Amino acid sequence: MLEIKNMTVCYQDRPTVKNFSLTLEQGQIVSLVGESGSGKTTVIRAVLGLLPGSGKVTEGDILFEGTSLLQNTPEQWRSLRGTDISMIFQDSGAMLNPTKKIGSLFTEYIRTHEKISRKEAWKKGAGMLERMRLADLDNIMNSYPFQLSGGMRQRVGIAMAMIYEPKLLLADEPTSALDVTTQAQIVRQMMELRDEYGTSIIMVTHNLGVAAYMSDFLVVMKNGEITDSGTREQLLGGEHSCYAQQLLDAVPSVGGERYV
Amino acid sequence: MFDEKDLILEAKHVTRRFPASGGRELTACNDVSLKFYRGKTLGLIGESGCGKSTFMRFLVRLDKPTEGEILFKGKDLTKLKGEELRQTRQYIQMVFQDPGSSFNAKMKIRDIICEPLLNFGRIKSSEKDAVARKYLEAVELPGDFADRFPHSMSGGQRQRIAIARAIALEPELIIMDEATCALDVSVQKTIIELVCKLQKEKNIAIGFIAHDLGLIQSFAHQIAVMYLGNIVEILPGEDVEKARHPYTQALLGAIFDTKMDFSKKIESIDSEIPSPLDVPPGCPFQPRCEYCTERCRREHPKLKTIGEGHEVACHLF
Repeated sequence: MLEIKNMTVCYQDRPTVKNFSLTLEQGQIVSLVGESGSGKTTVIRAVLGLLPGSGKVTEGDILFEGTSLLQNTPEQWRSLRGTDISMIFQDSGAMLNPTKKIGSLFTEYIRTHEKISRKEAWKKGAGMLERMRLADLDNIMNSYPFQLSGGMRQRVGIAMAMIYEPKLLLADEPTSALDVTTQAQIVRQMMELRDEYGTSIIMVTHNLGVAAYMSDFLVVMKNGEITDSGTREQLLGGEHSCYAQQLLDAVPSVGGERYV
Repeated sequence: MFDEKDLILEAKHVTRRFPASGGRELTACNDVSLKFYRGKTLGLIGESGCGKSTFMRFLVRLDKPTEGEILFKGKDLTKLKGEELRQTRQYIQMVFQDPGSSFNAKMKIRDIICEPLLNFGRIKSSEKDAVARKYLEAVELPGDFADRFPHSMSGGQRQRIAIARAIALEPELIIMDEATCALDVSVQKTIIELVCKLQKEKNIAIGFIAHDLGLIQSFAHQIAVMYLGNIVEILPGEDVEKARHPYTQALLGAIFDTKMDFSKKIESIDSEIPSPLDVPPGCPFQPRCEYCTERCRREHPKLKTIGEGHEVACHLF
């Protein structure tokens, strides 16, 4: 469904991602794992055509359902984003306008994608929040983003991303800013999205534990290059580089290594 | 397990209430009693908003409790004032969560590390260079970093500088408020190793705040679990699998780990943490607890000892 072929992304002639290839099937979850600065966010930004400033794909190609995304006009991007491909950010609170209530943000979002009345859009939005198992809908629709907890904001972000049942969902560290219990809830919810809607997910994370639990396929990145890729069994079962081993060792586990 | 003569700080029945709008009160810490021992780490864990940072802030006297006392070397920290308070500060230091915002961006690393020492007249200005190098090496950074500014360093390096600043006064207790939460998992590991090494060398007591039980159990001697301002369980660090309180078990169930069974469904409490403004009557955890009984809704459970160094506040035990 999505195919990235030998992609190189440069910021001001300096390559940040080098020779990156990835194939994604319908309904698959792939995780990009790596430390900060390894280029994992750059990859998913390139897929959505959202490279900041001077960033450019200089080599290779990105094919979404057989057509190249790189030649898209702004018009084509607009019809793609939010409907076929959408994105969840690390902190959905930063994505939402702080001076508007969730309800009006959500209806505005829906009304830029389709021509329906405000009332219908409100109903549609509230329905989506309900499907994301958010309780107390009216209260949430009438709240400002800062009034919601981090986990709730993240679920609002997911509801907004999922309202048009996109074929591909890009998630940029969706759980790193959350508590462990909330993280578990969001992870479970994202896996249900795949089962319910058949959405493919590319997930960016630095937590190998979360990545291993969620994904069918893992890609480990370092300094813009792929050091390892494989299924969970391959990667955890020993077929990996020393860098992947370092990352694996760094995940704290109950009953594992103790320093005292 | 802990020797009473190593006790350096004891918090007794500490309660903090903040005034809230509409004449209500927000109880951030409710009757918290904890003990810190020399050379040992106390891990305080809980979700955001449970009052763990509020409690630790009392120990460095960034805030004062409404009730209760905090005894440090026989003196009540909550009653200290003026010069005596200032002198006491050198024994208790703190490392903050975000190393990006805990430094003055216009100061060089040398000045950052030496400032506390100059404040207490421990060194002369002429010794600054040598001292900064010494502490940079103690936190495994090259001595040349003394000339850098915080912005030209990575998150992990900055957190090491924060640790260097905290140990410069040779304190007896260091409070670390989610000191590794803003860092990558691999960097987190190296910081934890450094903290453990320094603790062994200098015999410092550490109070470590975290929300990840998997992380805290790897180096804490004692773990206290906090929920909505109440301590619900205290247990030895190596026995975290013996945790009995339903909340601690929920935290354990929410850990992602590369050695786990991936077919296992992630067990986690579905509901949100209630607002600390309306803490439910009885046991604070009762609305989310699957073992909740009539008694839990009525009566607030007290901490009971159920094993060696293991206390639980739950009516089930």
